[in-house]
Amino acid sequence: MEQHSDTFLDNASAALGNTAQAERRDVIAAFAPLIRSAAVEGFTEFDALRQHVKRVRQHSLDHLEYYLGQFEHEAVHNGNHVHFARDGDELNSLVLDICQQHDARHVAKGKSMVTEETGLNDFLQRAGLEVMETDLGEYIIQQAGETPSHIVAPALHKSAGEIRELFQAKHKLGDRELPETVDLVSEARQVLREHFLKAEVGIIGANALIAENGYSMLVTNEGNGDLCANLPRVLIVCTTIDRVLPLAQDATAMLRLLVRSATGQSQTCYTSFYSGPRRESDVDGPIETHFVLLDNKRSEILDSDYREMLECIRCGACLNHCPIYSAVGGHAYGWVYTGPMGSILTPLLTSLEQSHALPNACTSCGRCAEVCPADIPLPDLLRDLRHEENSKKLSAPRWRLGLKLHSWLTRHPPLYHALTSIVIPVLHWFGRKHGNFERLPLAAGWTSQRNFPAPEGKTFMQQYKAQQKRREQGKHER
Amino acid sequence: MNERDREHSPPQRKKRVALFVTCLADLFRPSVAFASIKLLEQAGCEVTVPLRQTCCGQPAYNSGNYEDAVLQAQEVIQLLAGADYVVVPSGSCAGMISHHYPTLLDGEWRDRALELAAKTFELTVFLKDIAHIRPKRKKSPAKLPSVAYHDGCAGLRELQIKSQPRDLLRELSGVEVCELQQSEVCCGFGGTFCAKMPAISGKMVDDKLKDAVATGARILAGGDLGCLLNIAGRAERLGEDIEVRHIAELLSMQFDGPAIGKGK
Repeated sequence: MEQHSDTFLDNASAALGNTAQAERRDVIAAFAPLIRSAAVEGFTEFDALRQHVKRVRQHSLDHLEYYLGQFEHEAVHNGNHVHFARDGDELNSLVLDICQQHDARHVAKGKSMVTEETGLNDFLQRAGLEVMETDLGEYIIQQAGETPSHIVAPALHKSAGEIRELFQAKHKLGDRELPETVDLVSEARQVLREHFLKAEVGIIGANALIAENGYSMLVTNEGNGDLCANLPRVLIVCTTIDRVLPLAQDATAMLRLLVRSATGQSQTCYTSFYSGPRRESDVDGPIETHFVLLDNKRSEILDSDYREMLECIRCGACLNHCPIYSAVGGHAYGWVYTGPMGSILTPLLTSLEQSHALPNACTSCGRCAEVCPADIPLPDLLRDLRHEENSKKLSAPRWRLGLKLHSWLTRHPPLYHALTSIVIPVLHWFGRKHGNFERLPLAAGWTSQRNFPAPEGKTFMQQYKAQQKRREQGKHER
Repeated sequence: MNERDREHSPPQRKKRVALFVTCLADLFRPSVAFASIKLLEQAGCEVTVPLRQTCCGQPAYNSGNYEDAVLQAQEVIQLLAGADYVVVPSGSCAGMISHHYPTLLDGEWRDRALELAAKTFELTVFLKDIAHIRPKRKKSPAKLPSVAYHDGCAGLRELQIKSQPRDLLRELSGVEVCELQQSEVCCGFGGTFCAKMPAISGKMVDDKLKDAVATGARILAGGDLGCLLNIAGRAERLGEDIEVRHIAELLSMQFDGPAIGKGK
């Protein structure tokens, strides 16, 4: 996927200017935390389970090679083909090869953020295949030629009215007007059914890989994952190496956190486990199945200080609770992953050079870490990325040098106090009438949005020292 | 302190408190520091103000300049080492000292940071949970106008400050807090964030201000001057008629001067 993270500030301004979308984001921002907290509060084991799953994830990552080996062994034993892809290009080529081996013309696809990361759709389409996204949200944005704005709800930014206009433009509707939301869903379902039946290859993602039995696990609310997996002749599961968990019970434990955190449900409508190709006694199912397991810098992240980021279970809770994500929406982040998790993953998976604005889109308010079911210290990782930005001198020089000078001054208290005892009273004097400034040199960022409150008078240190001096004199005179 | 005061104080040794004023209170709102001293003395503490104090290092730290933040942290640790307690009228600065210094520093400095962390408290936490401040017996408190309270994020999430300011406003100032609808959402200050990403910050502070105004309260109080300068500045820009004040001003009943951002 093409990246636009380097223009984050411009993207954000444009998003703030779109009032209709901004208003919808406000409604979602107020609503999403409520459904999550209702689900979590009604589930007393949540915190204990969070700690348990964290230990399991840490253990799996500590022994990643072992569990990947076990998974591969079991999956092959079940009749699957297992491929490892170093980067996005390798994944795309592997998938295209499989499609071409089966003379496939049509691909039904769903529930994969990883293939957004590698730009698989474009790659297959350029090779002449028809690729249809089958998750309702993904289908909508594919039709609109847009990218996901949320990792769980990719078309969150679109209103029912916009979707109706889209279908009117793209579908042969005749005189049908699709007045209700349910009509829009039925329309998409009708169109998608044909694609499911026509596709020779199905591509899905995975929420977990289970080492002990070689299965993959996927949750959906629409059932499209199962249709992609069972109707076409060939199934390809695309996911990343860090998804592997030792036991089936680890995957289901993780699921109990994931779904509550993502949608406030206790379970999604469909939880599916994929074992392998159709056996002789099976009436349906694919005749050939593949796993393509992508690395794309995960091994590097594993050996870095950002390792905990690999424990992310992609629930989207950090997005739903981030005031900055709520203010600007997902597209402003300019790549696949958005919100706090995206602001960490994007620099790690692409480069800090082209995305160093993202870790700055954070007030360290900590709400993301508070709700993160994987207990990832997101604000700390974001700050660490700012440290890297600072060390590599990627940030604006005036900020870097300004803060350096400030820090130096504060470490020279006599000079600091002498300077502030001149500047602050002057500032107070100029602002004494209104109590604030509409404009102030060196504070354009601040005053573009708000007035600058004037100091109350002399600094506290000036006043306090004078007070102490008066007391001392008083003692002597007595 | 004169002899008469000493007679009225409890028999045990007074708690020796060093006040870490914070740079924003020092520069913009000295009345917060004076009110803090008054409250701590009312709670029976002996207050000192170490004179070489400046800034806790948050601007450097949060901007990713860890190297300078380490030097600032070491200065603060040395400065405050001798006190029994350190009290800070700011959730984010108290959080910086007690929560972030120990992760920022290594070795012997980390041990010293942990020592300091264990005795450092945000003002309302100290008054309520440690010093158990009680209202003054003689004077019945003057009636405060209605007050809404803004929870600063660091105080709320790093230090779990939620009930203390509300309890103190009830017990010392006789006022129930009007709750904001989105009380757990950031006001958009975020240190340098508000100047680096002004448009986003502006939308956030606007939401916070609207929420505060909708409570119908006359005063918006808070424990962090960063948030309060941000919200007051936006209120002045929009001409909203709400007074923004630090909670120390309200608890000490010292609020005859202009509110934050207001002229005389």
